[in-house]
Amino acid sequence: MSPLRRFLRTPEAVAGAILLAALIAMALSASLLFPGDPQAIAGPPLLPPFQDWSLPLGTDRLGRDVLAELFHGARTSLAVGLAAAAAALVVGAVVGTLAGFAGGLVDEVLMRITDAFQTVPSFLLALAFVSVVGPSLGIVVIAIALGTWTGPARIARAEVLSIRERDYVAGARVIGMHPLAIAFREVLPNALPPVLAMSSVIVAAAILTEAALSFLGLGDPNRVTWGGMIAEGRTVLRTAPFLSIVPGIALVLTVLGVYLAGEGIVETTAVRRGLS
Amino acid sequence: MSLLAVSNLTKRYRRGGKSITAVDDVSFHVDPGETLALAGPSGSGKSTIARLVLRLIEPDAGRIEFEGSDFLALSGATLRARRARLQMVFQDPLAAFNPRATVAHVLDDPLRIHDIASRAERPRRIAALLERVGLTADLAPRAIHEISGGQRQRVAIARAIATKPSLIVLDEAVSALDVSVRREILDLLLDLQHQEKIAYLLISHDLGVIRSVAHRIVLLDAGRIAESGNTRAVIDAPQSAIGKALLAAAPRLNRTAQDPT
Amino acid sequence: MTTLASIRNLTVTYRRDGTEVVALKSISLDIAASERLAIIGESGSGKSTLALAIAGLLPASARIEGHIDWFLGSTGKAGAKAPPSVLPDISPSRGEIAPSSLSSPIANVAGDEATAKLPISPLEGEMSGRTEGGLIERNPQKSLAKPSQPPFLGRDIGFVFQDPSASLDPVMAIGKQIAEVARTHLGLTWPQAYAKAKHLLERVRLPDPDSALRAFPHQLSGGQKQRVAIAAAIAAGPKLLIADEATSALDTIVQAEIVALIRRLVTEDGMTLLFINHDIALAAELAERIAVFRHGRLVELGTTAQIIGAPAEPYTRALLDAHIGLDAKPLLNRAGLHP
Repeated sequence: MSPLRRFLRTPEAVAGAILLAALIAMALSASLLFPGDPQAIAGPPLLPPFQDWSLPLGTDRLGRDVLAELFHGARTSLAVGLAAAAAALVVGAVVGTLAGFAGGLVDEVLMRITDAFQTVPSFLLALAFVSVVGPSLGIVVIAIALGTWTGPARIARAEVLSIRERDYVAGARVIGMHPLAIAFREVLPNALPPVLAMSSVIVAAAILTEAALSFLGLGDPNRVTWGGMIAEGRTVLRTAPFLSIVPGIALVLTVLGVYLAGEGIVETTAVRRGLS
Repeated sequence: MSLLAVSNLTKRYRRGGKSITAVDDVSFHVDPGETLALAGPSGSGKSTIARLVLRLIEPDAGRIEFEGSDFLALSGATLRARRARLQMVFQDPLAAFNPRATVAHVLDDPLRIHDIASRAERPRRIAALLERVGLTADLAPRAIHEISGGQRQRVAIARAIATKPSLIVLDEAVSALDVSVRREILDLLLDLQHQEKIAYLLISHDLGVIRSVAHRIVLLDAGRIAESGNTRAVIDAPQSAIGKALLAAAPRLNRTAQDPT
Repeated sequence: MTTLASIRNLTVTYRRDGTEVVALKSISLDIAASERLAIIGESGSGKSTLALAIAGLLPASARIEGHIDWFLGSTGKAGAKAPPSVLPDISPSRGEIAPSSLSSPIANVAGDEATAKLPISPLEGEMSGRTEGGLIERNPQKSLAKPSQPPFLGRDIGFVFQDPSASLDPVMAIGKQIAEVARTHLGLTWPQAYAKAKHLLERVRLPDPDSALRAFPHQLSGGQKQRVAIAAAIAAGPKLLIADEATSALDTIVQAEIVALIRRLVTEDGMTLLFINHDIALAAELAERIAVFRHGRLVELGTTAQIIGAPAEPYTRALLDAHIGLDAKPLLNRAGLHP
């Protein structure tokens, strides 16, 4: 059975994939369905949902279209989540591979740096970084990656330590391959599966961290974010709770979708490895 | 002049605060085009010597001279370049290759690294190498894990001869193979030796295999040389205790099951 | 010669990713009580599948047709006078009776059309609770006085694997591992079981059995670990000892010691030995009979002298010719090279 068919037979994986597909569709169609500035005023303030069908989810305190904000917010969440997770995985895999393969002093130095990053809570690190450098999309991505690359680094290093003792690494040395080529062409690809298995958790965590930063007003001020929407709605929580609940539900479904789809992929590939 | 001259080689390991001497003051030489067998029970140091000779691990003392120059003095790019002349075939051909590799990939590496053939020329070289070891060129795109154990060991030999080495270390290279395949691989190795004048350092615990392919033998016991000499002479009438024990333990076909009394 | 187990039309199929691989094709073979039988074959011959099938250790995904009839008897003199009973019928893991076993003419030849067919999945055979109540009398009029119980691993069958590290628990003292087998199957108290374990370690000639009882597997050499694995395998006094490539990971000297040990233990206890191996010379040193397997089929079966001295099948001859022994003609001369 192909991995794809096995994936499609796992109900939670399919549910995750559907949620994720919906999110991506929202992000891609945002500027088509809601051209123009989502932060522009579209109607009377604090219009509740399902009252006016040109504004299905109502408007916020300033009269902005909540549905348009939701669609544009999906872009930010997805972009930041994926970019931060990708940066964390790449940096972590490279650092972990170098440390595990080189050993000795290089390993010692790289792992002490990893320790230093790991002892600081990752959210505090992101918070401090954004407050010092100033909020923008790129800075938020770097801030989140700063706190999350250590996990992939440790896993990659542990995997590399076992792989480097295998015969095929000795074989690569015997034919005269350069140590860096051995590390990145022979060892790293085989150390990746357990690192990639973490990616769904990292993406989900990155999306949540981004939302939390935005909630605290440290997101990119020029972009709509779900965290920012929740923060906006907080001031009118008693009179218009939907303003916090709608983006909150979107956030929960996104994180759930990413996690379920990621787990589904890990599960199906693990089954394949177990059989071969 | 010897192709490989090893003198006073010593390697110690530290384990739990204790120092274990895995290889203890071992000296031997290999002449061009000959097969020298290193034999002994497990823990005798024969595989450690193989790894020392290949510079996969570094000795604590001793000299290794290869093709007339000090092999231990080489490092970095000069060592990597010289590795073309000293190759290895491992015991388990599945473990000896990157699990993601294809046959073509495995054979492409040495040709590329040592600049033996241009990118355009390499597919033809790979096909020629496969044919040289008794395989067909259509095997090239197959994944390493898809082909049989015997085919895999032939690919390993093709990779070892790709850089035209003068010495190949055979680390238990036939002991994991089925008996019928083992015979074919030994025939191939002897044929290559005959045609290309390649010397072998054969690491094995199988006295039957050693006796049928090696010119000379070095018997090791607990990291030291117990006995050495002409293969037939040593195996037919061993003088050392370990030689006698190995001989007594070797299974023989002409005996039949006897009830112990 | 009394029969301990009679294998009839045994076919084992593995399913992997939608494709079916037939590991054993319609094997019929009798194992005599107290004999030393070697199963010889190259990789893919099905010899290990046969060992697992006999021990009831096949994975649940394997499809099994045919059956194995056991004549265990109640005493050490295995089934000498007891009427044959057909137990257990190894059938597909769902517990259905394999159609082939109902129609098997050979099963009828065994003189018992009304045999109790015990549908037993391979893995259930391991569970001790299954034994007593598991026997289903399908035909009350049958003449069986007392059918023998189905065998189960540990008590009736001892199994020694190739890799002793994989079969021993790395975090349990070896004395406890052996004592546990004796306690479970012989109903001993812990002190009795430990005394038995110490006696077993003496029997497998482990140096200093007293301190070995408290040792952990990683403190022992490969050969010593295999001695411990053998001690655990024979702890409950099984009638059948299966050694599946039990010496293949060891060097020649240790291999010879383990083979000598197995021979001595089997003879002393009157056990039946099933010696699964790829090395025909080693098998010839230990076994009275040799069965040669290839591609899941039984190619040739005979006494060791017959198989070695006068093989009937070309494949057996090829295997013998391929053996490179100390008396083999050196290959060097043929290549034109003289040592």
